[in-house]
Amino acid sequence: MRLLFPLLAVAVLILVAFAGATAGLNFLFGVVIPYVAFAIFVFGVVLRVVQWARVPVPFRIPSTCGQEKSFPWIKRNKIDNPSSTGAVVVRMLLEILLFRSLFRNTKAEIHYEPFSPAGPKVTYGSAKWLWLAGLAFHWSFLTIAIRHLRFFTEPIPSFVSLLEYLDGFFQIGVPAIYATDAVILAAVTYLFIRRVIVPQLRYISLPADYFPLFLIFGIVASGVLMRYVTRIDVVGIKELAMGWVTLHPTVPDGIGVMFYVHLFLVSTLFVYFPFSKLMHMGGVFLSPTRNLANNNRAVRHINPWDYPVKIHTYDEYEDDFRDLMKQAGIPVEKE
Amino acid sequence: MAAKPDEMAYYKHSKMLQVDYKPPSRDWMDPSVDFRPGSWIYPAKAKNLKILDLPNPRDWSPTDEDWKLPDNWKEIILEGMAERLEKYRSFRLFMDICVRCGACADKCHFFIGGGDPKNMPVLRAELVRSIYRRHFTTAGKIFGKLAGGRELTIDVIKEWFYYLFQCTECRRCSVFCPYGIDTAEITMIGRELLNLVGCHINWAIEPVANCFMTGNHMGILPHAYKDMADFLAEETEEIIGIDVKGDFNRKGAEILFITPSGDIFGDPGIITFMGYLTLFRYLKDQGLDITWSTYASEGGNFGLFTSHEMIKRLNVKMYAEAKRLKVKWILGGECGHMWRVVNQYMDTMNGPADFLEEPVSPITGTKFENAKSTKMVHITEFTADLIKNNKLKLDPSRNDHVKVTFHDSCNPARAMGLLEEPRYVIKNVCNNFYEMPDNTIREQTFCCGGGAGLGTEEMMEMRLRGGLPRGNAVKYVQEKHDVNRLACICAIDRATLVTVCDYWAPGVQVTGIHELVANALVFDGEKERTTDLRGEPLKGMEGEEE
Repeated sequence: MRLLFPLLAVAVLILVAFAGATAGLNFLFGVVIPYVAFAIFVFGVVLRVVQWARVPVPFRIPSTCGQEKSFPWIKRNKIDNPSSTGAVVVRMLLEILLFRSLFRNTKAEIHYEPFSPAGPKVTYGSAKWLWLAGLAFHWSFLTIAIRHLRFFTEPIPSFVSLLEYLDGFFQIGVPAIYATDAVILAAVTYLFIRRVIVPQLRYISLPADYFPLFLIFGIVASGVLMRYVTRIDVVGIKELAMGWVTLHPTVPDGIGVMFYVHLFLVSTLFVYFPFSKLMHMGGVFLSPTRNLANNNRAVRHINPWDYPVKIHTYDEYEDDFRDLMKQAGIPVEKE
Repeated sequence: MAAKPDEMAYYKHSKMLQVDYKPPSRDWMDPSVDFRPGSWIYPAKAKNLKILDLPNPRDWSPTDEDWKLPDNWKEIILEGMAERLEKYRSFRLFMDICVRCGACADKCHFFIGGGDPKNMPVLRAELVRSIYRRHFTTAGKIFGKLAGGRELTIDVIKEWFYYLFQCTECRRCSVFCPYGIDTAEITMIGRELLNLVGCHINWAIEPVANCFMTGNHMGILPHAYKDMADFLAEETEEIIGIDVKGDFNRKGAEILFITPSGDIFGDPGIITFMGYLTLFRYLKDQGLDITWSTYASEGGNFGLFTSHEMIKRLNVKMYAEAKRLKVKWILGGECGHMWRVVNQYMDTMNGPADFLEEPVSPITGTKFENAKSTKMVHITEFTADLIKNNKLKLDPSRNDHVKVTFHDSCNPARAMGLLEEPRYVIKNVCNNFYEMPDNTIREQTFCCGGGAGLGTEEMMEMRLRGGLPRGNAVKYVQEKHDVNRLACICAIDRATLVTVCDYWAPGVQVTGIHELVANALVFDGEKERTTDLRGEPLKGMEGEEE
C-alpha cells in the first residue's frame, strides 16, 4: 500500500490533467492552477523556513568530523571542524553543493570466515552509489530548471543558452538529447529501485518517500515525451509562459495534451513541496550540527530561554557532611 | 550453574554473530516490544526520582502490563513535545526534514551487532517522528497512517522506553547524514519526554541522584573520597617509591582538577587515577599548584542522559566550586560525555566564568586559547603541551610490555574533535602504537556499546551486540599486531570496554592514557621500577619483582 497508493495518486493526477485538457479547461489548467500552485510554493517555503528560523538554537552542537583547533603545532581540520564563520560557510557549501557527509557513506557487513583464527570480520566498504545518484539527481534537476528559463525570458539570457548548449553537447539525436534528461531518469530510477530492493529501505519507506519519486518521474517523462516524441507547439508554450511572467496570461490553442500533464504534475510538486520532506532543501541550511562553529570553549553561546534550576549548593553539601569532612581533615567553610 | 542473561557467558558467540539484517514481516508502525532479559534496563527507583523532584516516583517494571502512568500521560507527552518543538530548532528540524535515504542505517553499532530494524537511526527517529506527524502536522491529522503518522498510545511509550534506551547518543549517524540529523538530539528529547511521566532508567537516574547529593555519581562521601584517593596514592608509592598524595578543597590553588568518579572506584580506572596523581606530583617541583574537590568530585554528567535541565543542575558544581576555591582555571580528566558537556553545554548553561582566568600552563606558559571562555582544559591537551615543550622526562620503553591501540571515545571525537592530542601523548610514552581500521576511529569511531547510561549488567545482550564493531576492530589489531592494550580517554569506556574486549577480543586490557604516561615518567633520583602501575612486570624485569 505504501508503494501502490502514491503510484495510483500520480496516475490519477495524470488522468485529471488529460481529462482537463481534452475537456478544454485550458485556462484552469494553463493559468489558474499554475498560478495558485506557484503562490503556495513560494508562500509555503518561506513560511516553513521562517517557522524553523523562529525556533531558537539553545546550544551549539556541531558534529565535529575532524581535529579541532588546538595548538599551532597540531594540524587541524578547518572544514570538518570549523572554528570560524568563514570555515562554517565552506563546510556548508561543500555539504549543500557536493553532499560531503553522504560521500563518507560506507556499507557495514559481517564476513564469516570459518577458517580464520580471528573469526568473522566486520567491514565497512565504500558505498558511493547513493551519493552519486543523489548528486546526479539534484544537479540535473537544477540544470533542467535553469534550462526552462528560456520559456520565461526574452531575450534568453546567455547563461541559459550556454547551459542548453553544454547539456546537449553530445549532439545525439534530433532534437539533441540533453544529458541531464537521461541522467535524471537514471538517477530517479536508481533511487526508486534502491528503495524497493534493499530490504531495510523498503521497510522504512513511507508513501511520502515514493510519491515524490513517482511525481518527479512523471514530470521528467512527460517532458521527455514532449520534447522527443509527441512534438508539442514550443512557440505556443513560450507565449503562455511569457504571459504568466508578464501577468497577462493568454492560452494559445493547440499546445498539446502532454504539456498539460507536465504542467499539472509540476503544479502538484509546487503545492506538495512545502509540506513534505522535500523541504530538506531549506532545512539543510539550518541544521545546527552543521552550520555552527566548534568554538564553544573560546566563544560563549547564549541560550535565549535559559532559566534557573534547582541545585544542591556547596553550603547545603557542607551542612550534610561537615563532621565527616572535618574528621577527614578536609577544609570546611564553617567550623 | 548456568549463566544468567546479565552475564557474558550466557551469550554464545556463534549465536551472537548470526546477525539477521532482514526486517521482520511485521510493520514497524506496530509498537509492541518484547522485553527480553538482557535488552532493557531497570527503571528508575522511586527514592532516586524523589531526591531529584522528578515526576511519578513509583515501583514498577517494564515487563508489567500496567506502567502506572499518570492519568493524563498523553496530554503530558504531547504538551512536552509541543514545548520542545518551540525550544529546540534541532528537534523541530530533525522531525521535518529526514528523507529516509537510509545512509545512517548501518552506522549504528546496535544495528550492526543486532539487526533490529528499530535500531537503525532513521527508524529510531521515526518512532518519535511518526507521533509528531500524527499530532502536530496537518497532513498527519487528516491522513494518519498514510501520512506516516501514528497515534500516541501506551504501547508507543513502552516502545520509546525500549529503543531510546538502546541508543548511546554516540552521534556516529550524524556524521553520515546529509542534513546532519543527530539521533542523539532526538534520543535526548525523547528521554526528557519519558521523564515527564516517570519512565527512566535507574542506571542513569541513580548516578544523577547521587551526584546531586554527594557530588559524584558513585555516591562517595567526602571523607571516603579522600580515603580512596589516599589509598591509591599509597599503592602508587609502593610502585614508584614517591609520595604522590593530592589535597582536597584547598582554597587559593591555581588549578582545580575534576575527573569522573568512576576512576576512583573501579579497575582499570583507578590506575588512570594513580596516573594523574603521579603526573601532578612530578610537576609539583616545576610549580604546579593543583587541588581536587570532594564537592565537584564528578567530571561526568549523567544529566546528559536524563534531560537538558539535569545537565545544568549537575554541571553547576564545576564553576561554583572553582569560584569558591578561588582557582584560576579548571583542568578536566579523561572522560567522554563529560567533555561533551564541558565543550558544548557548560559555558552556555552555567557561564560566563568571568571569575576565572584564561588558562595558562604554569609549567610551559602556553595559553590555551581554544579554552579562553570556558576556562577548562582537557588533560591530554595539558600533557601534550608538556611533552611538546620537553617538560617531562619520559622512558617509553617502560611501556614496552604493552602494544597499544587507541579508541576514540564518541564525545571527544564527534562533539569536540580531540583526536590528535591523545595520540601525540601515547606515541611519546609508548613505543608500540597501532591504529585500528580507518572506518572505526576518529570521527567514525564506534561506541563501546554502554554509553549514555546503558553500561549495566542487565543490558548485557545489547552491550555485547553494540560492542561488536568496536570489539571486532580491536580483534583485528590483536591478530595483526599483537595488540594487548586498548587505550581510551573515557571513564565509561574503562568500565564497559573491559566487557567488550573480554567477549570479542579476549586478552586485550583497557587503559587510560595517563596510566601509560605515569609508567613512562622518570622522576629525579627515583628507585628503579620493576613493574608498571598495575604491578605487572616491565619488559626484561619478569621474575625480578621480589
